[in-house]
Amino acid sequence: MYEAIVFLPLLGAVIAGAIALVGARNRYPGASPSSSDGDHAAVATPDEHAFVTPMPETVPTGTDHPHPEGAEHFAPAAGTQAAELLTTALLGISWVLSCIAFVDVGLGGHDVRVTVFNFITSGKLNVDWALRVDPLTAVMLVVVTTISALVHLYSIGYMAEDPHKPRFFSYLSFFTFAMLLLVTADNLAQLYVGWEGVGLASYLLIGFWYHRPEANAAAIKAFLVNRVGDFGFALGIFAVFFLTGSINFDTIFAQAPALAGKSFHYLGMDVDALTVACLLLFMGAMGKSAQFLLHTWLPDAMEGPTPVSALIHAATMVTAGVFMVARLSPLFELAPVASAFVTFIGATTAMFAATVALVQNDIKRIIAYSTCSQLGYMFVAMGVGAYSVGMFHLFTHAFFKALLFLCSGSVIIAMHHEQDIRRMGGLWRKLPFTYATMLAGTLALTGFPLTAGYFSKDAVIEAAFVSHSSMATYGYAMVLGAAALTAFYSWRLIFKTFHGTPHDRAHYEAARETPMTMLVPLGVLAIGSLVAGYLALGVFTGHGAGEFFRQSLKVAAGNTVLEDMEHLSFAILLTPTVMMIVGFLVAWLFYVGWPSLPAAYARDQALLYRFLLNKWYFDEIYDFLFVHPAMWLGRLLWKGGDGFIIDGFGPDGVSARVLDVTRNVVRLQTGYVYHYAFAMLIGAATFLTWFMFSGAH
Amino acid sequence: MANWPILSVVTFLPLVGALFIALLRDDSAGVRNARWVALWTTLVTFAISLILVWGFDPSSADFQFVEKRPWLGGAITYSMGIDGISLPFVILTTALMPICILASWEAIQRRVRAYMIAFLVLETLMVGTFCALDLVLFYLFFEGGLIPMFLIIGVWGGPRRVYASFKFFLYTLTGSVLMLLAILAMYWNAQTTDIPALLHHAFPRELQTWAWFAFLASFAVKLPMWPVHTWLPDAHVEAPTAGSVVLAAILLKMGGYGFLRFSLPMFPAASQELAPLIYALSVVAIVYTSLVALMQEDMKKLIAYSSVAHMGFVTMGIFAVTTQGVAGGIFQMISHGIISAALFLCVGVVYDRLHTREIAAYGGLVNRMPLYAFAFMVFVLAGVGLPGTVGFIGEFLTLLGTFRVNNWVATLAALGTILSAAYALWLYRRIIFGTLEKTALLRVRDIGWRETVVFAPLIVLTIVFGVYPKPVLDISAVSVAQLIDNFHHAVGGAQAAALEVRR
Repeated sequence: MYEAIVFLPLLGAVIAGAIALVGARNRYPGASPSSSDGDHAAVATPDEHAFVTPMPETVPTGTDHPHPEGAEHFAPAAGTQAAELLTTALLGISWVLSCIAFVDVGLGGHDVRVTVFNFITSGKLNVDWALRVDPLTAVMLVVVTTISALVHLYSIGYMAEDPHKPRFFSYLSFFTFAMLLLVTADNLAQLYVGWEGVGLASYLLIGFWYHRPEANAAAIKAFLVNRVGDFGFALGIFAVFFLTGSINFDTIFAQAPALAGKSFHYLGMDVDALTVACLLLFMGAMGKSAQFLLHTWLPDAMEGPTPVSALIHAATMVTAGVFMVARLSPLFELAPVASAFVTFIGATTAMFAATVALVQNDIKRIIAYSTCSQLGYMFVAMGVGAYSVGMFHLFTHAFFKALLFLCSGSVIIAMHHEQDIRRMGGLWRKLPFTYATMLAGTLALTGFPLTAGYFSKDAVIEAAFVSHSSMATYGYAMVLGAAALTAFYSWRLIFKTFHGTPHDRAHYEAARETPMTMLVPLGVLAIGSLVAGYLALGVFTGHGAGEFFRQSLKVAAGNTVLEDMEHLSFAILLTPTVMMIVGFLVAWLFYVGWPSLPAAYARDQALLYRFLLNKWYFDEIYDFLFVHPAMWLGRLLWKGGDGFIIDGFGPDGVSARVLDVTRNVVRLQTGYVYHYAFAMLIGAATFLTWFMFSGAH
Repeated sequence: MANWPILSVVTFLPLVGALFIALLRDDSAGVRNARWVALWTTLVTFAISLILVWGFDPSSADFQFVEKRPWLGGAITYSMGIDGISLPFVILTTALMPICILASWEAIQRRVRAYMIAFLVLETLMVGTFCALDLVLFYLFFEGGLIPMFLIIGVWGGPRRVYASFKFFLYTLTGSVLMLLAILAMYWNAQTTDIPALLHHAFPRELQTWAWFAFLASFAVKLPMWPVHTWLPDAHVEAPTAGSVVLAAILLKMGGYGFLRFSLPMFPAASQELAPLIYALSVVAIVYTSLVALMQEDMKKLIAYSSVAHMGFVTMGIFAVTTQGVAGGIFQMISHGIISAALFLCVGVVYDRLHTREIAAYGGLVNRMPLYAFAFMVFVLAGVGLPGTVGFIGEFLTLLGTFRVNNWVATLAALGTILSAAYALWLYRRIIFGTLEKTALLRVRDIGWRETVVFAPLIVLTIVFGVYPKPVLDISAVSVAQLIDNFHHAVGGAQAAALEVRR
């Protein structure tokens, strides 16, 4: 059964991929290269004139929107329906099995380990492909398959007119497979494989519309920034192997206590063994979860189709870093400095991303920065040792953030691919269902009482409050402040999109609700966003958490965060809600009550406004610090190092001296074959003679 | 187990095919037959070489299928045999040759018979290099391979073929002269050129050092290591596609194989002492050439520079002398053999169609060549070392094995994984993605059946060995273990340089 959960999506991906390839093949049949005749006209396709125009904007369009003027029409590839139905159905099966697994493993208490086959054996290193399903994994299985199945369904409608639909579904299913491989990993190598696998899927899906330069740039950026994180992750794996002689979780966790307080020599310094290992591993988490300093790829990733943003860049892949820290909790619990760093990065990200989200105008980018910020919340919980609370927020966040993205997808389609909220307004009349569901998502995100976010986000804030770890106070201040900002930017988005007067009449008039395949996922996720927190409260917090997660989340003996959270005063419990109300009121004042206020304020604080609008200038700084120097250095080493120094003093210098010889030998290459054969013979004979004499003395 | 001299058959069968082609008439029928004879010869050779895998005992570190005959009046012994270190290279060679022949099927129109002869002779020499158990015999094969390769570049190469082939020749010859001197010195010291005997001969410390350097001169050029790598980009750019494939996939590996067969086991003390030099050169190779690759404007040059970087992982892993380091080094060589071959074939596909290797001349090929785009993507990702492809295993193991010995080196080398992603994905983006705007590309057609036949096995190998590398690792595991045991025994117990965990 567990194999089926993981490998059914792969099967779907392979079949859909084959359909995509066959379809593409039929459209552009192959040929032998015409190397001799060079007459390309002979192989011209009959419909060639159609291709003289560049590849059209194959952006998704709702059924009621014609393609942009002058664009070439592609019929959807053959087998499209088979591909989308098959992948969605397989995901459905995978989801059902995941729910069974959740009940069996999570509630029933039967941990499972299935060995598939041996992966790498080399000396002490022995790694299997294995599926490890414990309560922590069970939660992730449910989250991943639920969101993925709904996004598959939604995409049937969203991608309706895209000619590359089979390819899209293949990537989507491949992503799900890699993600499931990641969460069921039994060792660091498999975790790394899934880790980079989801990175590949992300790269492919961000760049799905490959004719758009921005999409290609964003895809490469995502891969590279993640590689920077993975650089640390890989070194962390090597450090763990060096320290424990294994990279299998069970062995590592068993050995971890003995390593506490030990040190080793790393890069010329004596360092605490577990701290360094954890920090290196966490660098991977920072990349994948778009944390402060390695966050720059996530907003750009919004170039991908919106269902992708919902699935990969909100609900699942970006939470892999959080999952990793939870999975490695036996290590992080023993490395307080590393944990403090996790809190610091999480808290900083939560605040930083929220400030940027305040002033963005692209509907998807606002939600992307919001995702960044919420991931920061999860890391704060991880850092202060409240692992189950972090997982709680991961769980609820998956619902309401996927919902917000899918809603924004509906808005974008209804608005004819307009993503700028300054051009929207008043849409609630046209899109009542989308509006209602997005409202549900916003209430959950901002932590409106009794919605999902209320339980999980407030739990994170409370965990930071009660923690005794060194960085927790900073964490508390940041996440509490960010709560107000969250409410502000979320309601700003709602007010500017759905309320007020329409700013683009034509688009407004044409706006219409999307088909059922897209509305059903919205409804399901909206319900999840409202009730998931209440239902899961007992599993993730308090005593229930210990009983549910058992050994899959390890807390050190002195870690009483969950315990202390039970005894908080009413005032502390109320504070996050108050922050949420403050944020809401300011947003209402700015965008409903007194709409001229924001512009005036932006003028008044022009410097701050531009700083936030340009995302703290991270892209510019990184270009200046890394991208340009790398290219400059590459050119210098090529022309100067290889060309001038090495070749100049090496072969070119030498050959200048022996140029006469060369000139004579050049004649060789105009001769006949037997000349070469003769040369070979002479050479061989010379060698042989030499050896006979030197060897037989 | 076999009574017939199977290694000699595998080695010299291509030579027989070459002789047969030489007898063919030089007309269009002869040319056609030359192609088919070459293809069948290489296919049969490959099939026979598979018997080696089947009959090989991976639980023994001894040389197997050994043949020994006195030769040239007893001066040299004709001695052949393979162990777990050489077998993967033999198979790699025989497996890639049919692919090379197929890749040259239409691309080569001039002097087809001579071309096929050169390739078959080259195969004999390459397989012989990996099978030779006599130092002089090894030298003959090793250096002999230079000649057909020199001709392949010099005759069937591009416009600057003469410059490239002489640069190639100059570098390699310099190295080989030094190696020859070392071989003579070794003979005078040990009174034998038998490799199995030499493996157990303790060379004096001083001889070790300078012989180690002499061998380094030859192997470093072949591999190539920084800073003697500049012949490689030129050679690749000018060589015909199949020439590049053989050069990158097999000839370079002779350097790495040489380190494993000679430098480490015969000069252990020198290897131990001079490993830091190799580390430094490896790290420089990885970072430096990756940066250079980033700025290349010629597809083949870019891949050539990336080869140098990938070989940096090999030398680093081998001289770490840990199980994972050496096994990873061997695996990295095999995987690079598959990946670089495939990448050069990919360049060949578009070169055959548009006759340019300039990156800027392409763009948006996915719009016309979806199958090609898919194959290219698989190989680019493998080159990037994406887990699940062969490229990952070698990098991962070499870094893992090196971290234990010197974490500075492992950390700096790991930077290469970031840079390789940068240059490879950027290359792919410029050639494949984007809109199809250049008029020359509008009528380009996707890969045909022959090209599909060439790519299909490489794609399968790339993914299968990436997910299940065990067959390759297992074949060499015991030989590697023995190599490392002997090494540590020779340099005196546990490595002093290794890191330790302290309280």
